[in-house]
Amino acid sequence: MRYDAIVLGSGPEELVGAASLAGGGRRVLVLEAGPEIGGAAAAEELLPGFRVDPVHADAGFLDPRVLRDLELDRYGLALLAPDPVLAALAEEGGALTFWRDPARTRVAIADRSARDAGRWEAFAERMEAFARILEEVAGRPAPRPAGPLRELAPFLGLGRRVRALGRSDMTELFRVLPLPAYDLLEDTFEDALLKGALGALSVRGLFQGPRAQGTALALLHHLVGSPTGCFGTRTVVRGGVGGLIEALDGAARARGVELRVDSKVERIEIERGRAVSLRLADGSGVAAHAILSGMGAARTLLDLAGPTWLDPDFVHALRQIRCRGGFARIHLALSEAPRFKGLAEPAAGTIVLAPSLDYVERAFDNAKHGEASERPVLEARIPSLADTTLAPAGRHVMSVDARFVPVDGRDSSAGFAGATAGDALADRAVALIAERAPNLPGAILGRKVLLPADMETRYGLDGGDPYQGELALDQLLFMRPVPGWSNYRTPIQGLYLCGNGTHPAGAITGASGRLAAGAVLADLEGHG
Amino acid sequence: MTTAAVRTTPFHSRTAALVRGHTWRHWAGYVVPASYDLIHDLEYAAIRGTAGLIDVTPLFKYRIHGPAARALLDRVVTRDVARSKVGQVLYTPWCDPEGKVLDDGTVTRLAEDLFRLTSAHPNLRWLHQNAVGMDVVIEDETYDTAALSLQGPAARQILNLVADRDLTKLKFFRAAETSLGAIPATVTRTGYTGDLGYEIWVANDRAEALWDLLIAAGAPHGLQPTGLLAMDVARIEAGLILIDVDYVSARRALIERQKSSPFELGLGWTVARDKAPFVGQRALERERVAGSAWALRGLVVDWDALEELYADVGLPSQVPALPWRTSAPVYVGGRQVGYATSGCWSPLLKKSLALAHLEAPHAAPGTEVEIEVTVEHRRRRALATVAKTPFFDPERKRA
Repeated sequence: MRYDAIVLGSGPEELVGAASLAGGGRRVLVLEAGPEIGGAAAAEELLPGFRVDPVHADAGFLDPRVLRDLELDRYGLALLAPDPVLAALAEEGGALTFWRDPARTRVAIADRSARDAGRWEAFAERMEAFARILEEVAGRPAPRPAGPLRELAPFLGLGRRVRALGRSDMTELFRVLPLPAYDLLEDTFEDALLKGALGALSVRGLFQGPRAQGTALALLHHLVGSPTGCFGTRTVVRGGVGGLIEALDGAARARGVELRVDSKVERIEIERGRAVSLRLADGSGVAAHAILSGMGAARTLLDLAGPTWLDPDFVHALRQIRCRGGFARIHLALSEAPRFKGLAEPAAGTIVLAPSLDYVERAFDNAKHGEASERPVLEARIPSLADTTLAPAGRHVMSVDARFVPVDGRDSSAGFAGATAGDALADRAVALIAERAPNLPGAILGRKVLLPADMETRYGLDGGDPYQGELALDQLLFMRPVPGWSNYRTPIQGLYLCGNGTHPAGAITGASGRLAAGAVLADLEGHG
Repeated sequence: MTTAAVRTTPFHSRTAALVRGHTWRHWAGYVVPASYDLIHDLEYAAIRGTAGLIDVTPLFKYRIHGPAARALLDRVVTRDVARSKVGQVLYTPWCDPEGKVLDDGTVTRLAEDLFRLTSAHPNLRWLHQNAVGMDVVIEDETYDTAALSLQGPAARQILNLVADRDLTKLKFFRAAETSLGAIPATVTRTGYTGDLGYEIWVANDRAEALWDLLIAAGAPHGLQPTGLLAMDVARIEAGLILIDVDYVSARRALIERQKSSPFELGLGWTVARDKAPFVGQRALERERVAGSAWALRGLVVDWDALEELYADVGLPSQVPALPWRTSAPVYVGGRQVGYATSGCWSPLLKKSLALAHLEAPHAAPGTEVEIEVTVEHRRRRALATVAKTPFFDPERKRA
């Protein structure tokens, strides 16, 4: 028996893809290699009753069309709006808090710099306007410059929106896109803490410091889908990303999608240039008219399909994709919430330790020479403050990302590969936070550390990169996953890609899954 | 500015002593004799009458071995390597993803998982790019291996005088590992002359001994050190194309129209059907169905027409003393339908020959065309007839 489509992987994009295919009337099978639907996005129990998202920070910027088409609210999806969205911890104690209400953030900034406070709202609005443009781009297939002209048609509307920004903002947009975040922030603000916090957000998903070109774009990228001024916290789902997976699982099953776990694919079988079936680790085979893989372009095409059917230049391009997550994730189960000195409200959103732009750049300096940052940039969340489903009553879960950690430490004895190295890094991160929240060490009930290598071996995330391809200028739009192949198709007929490594990338959006399913459906119909 | 050193081959001490007129030619970074004497006629005569000994060391040579050696070659070249037997040699082009020829050369299956690939241009990077994920070793032996081409009716006889086993049974496009004198060598029954002939592959440090051995054994049988000019005449008679002359490698072409597919170069026979996937396969299958825009053919220039053109200016007919490789337009009914890329006067056939790219509708053998010739500084057109190649194909080549 032959399925219309088989989806490899069961992350958010793959489930959106599967549900969209089934919604198009197709017979769909999802194969998940791991024991749980969701893969790297499935919730894990740190201790009984303590739920964490292993590698994701939040539910990204869920494409409204996905929410609407899949009716995710019917399957338990509930969106939360933690406030404050961002708390930037100061060296000297205390914090700068960013709120959903830009006026309230202005007041908070005014305590540190009247000049910056005066500039905040205009900056936030302008960044939001720019992010809206990117959002427009994210919801469509990336136009390929060398592709057919019709691919450009939807972007005429986008061009109008860019012009609607007005002359000065339009010029500013094109100035900002390739700019280092460092320059953008130095141009605008004087307060080191404010600049440091935004600088830390600009290097998420990158193995670069804020002085690198294109980091301003990354800062904007992370704003897509957020309300004005909501730097640092995007869509938050009850139950975490694991909660999103449960809703998508429900929506997919309701549309008739068949899901199998513990089904590791060994090989994509190809006949005369067309993907026809899959061979599983248990030796069984399963046939399909189309295969949609969320396993990353290089893994799918080089490891599963093999380079036989691929042109050498294409193979070369696949091998050039840079995946460098550059962070370690430390999960903590806590008996009580950390109490930050000088912070009145619970820090329900993102907590950042990056007191200045130079601090962030220096943290990267270590990493670019193959060593973990001496003073890492920390980005932490205590999602249980806003979501009581994640921990037993009164207890909490906290996730800390320590940036930067090279994928392969230069010296493995000082290194980053072993459990000892991970523990040392976690100790350092906890100690840094404890300087601001002294009750933290005593509250820890359980701890788990994931180094980039762990993310790679455990979740198949190359380079420990949850984005599966750095968000660098040369790896976006029509160049994602490789130049000229942004339309979810591959040189092998019947084999398609979705997931974070494809456009639009940089977060969970559902857009990649939705757009890839569109490509599959169009081809299946063309095929009869 | 620095200039790369000009390489000399391991035979240089022997050849240099014999090149009387400083008539050297550059080939792949080496200098090798264009001719030994001031004119190449005797050397050509040796190829067709006795035997010529040609230094072909400058060819690029790759030793490819390991469990995936066969798979790598099958992925690169258009011939079906899987169907080749140990001891077989395949002549083959290879293509870019658009099915345009990158290079051409030979694949010798020395053992089940051991091959030698020869080429005109460097191909190491291309081989590595195609070997991603394959369990295969690619060794560039270009500068470690010397090669001599022994070509002509007496070649077999001369070779048997020095070989430790009788090579009479070695068939056309077959290889044998043997010793010549005490020199371990691979002998392939191949060449670039369209005649009975062999190519002999040895380690660099045995090159001079091999030369001396062959000259000593062959001289009584008319063996003649032979340069590239004589080989050029022979290869045109044999209808064998030459990269950079008769076609532009797709790797070096500056514009699309400079590129050619195997079908367009008369190498359609080398594009195997139903073989493992190879680079350019899809494009070539499409071209096989849709047909090709161009064809490479032979042209025989009409002697009477030439004579008339010369008579017009009061001269007797002249033929080029050297094989030529300038582009000459070809016309039908006053419209240009192609261009000749190389040609020569064939002393054996007594004909003026050319190899030409022709638009497909004008490529049928027997078609009358006109080729541009320069007669006493003026451009004229001479009648020529489209011919199948090879122009000269002696029985002994395969026998």
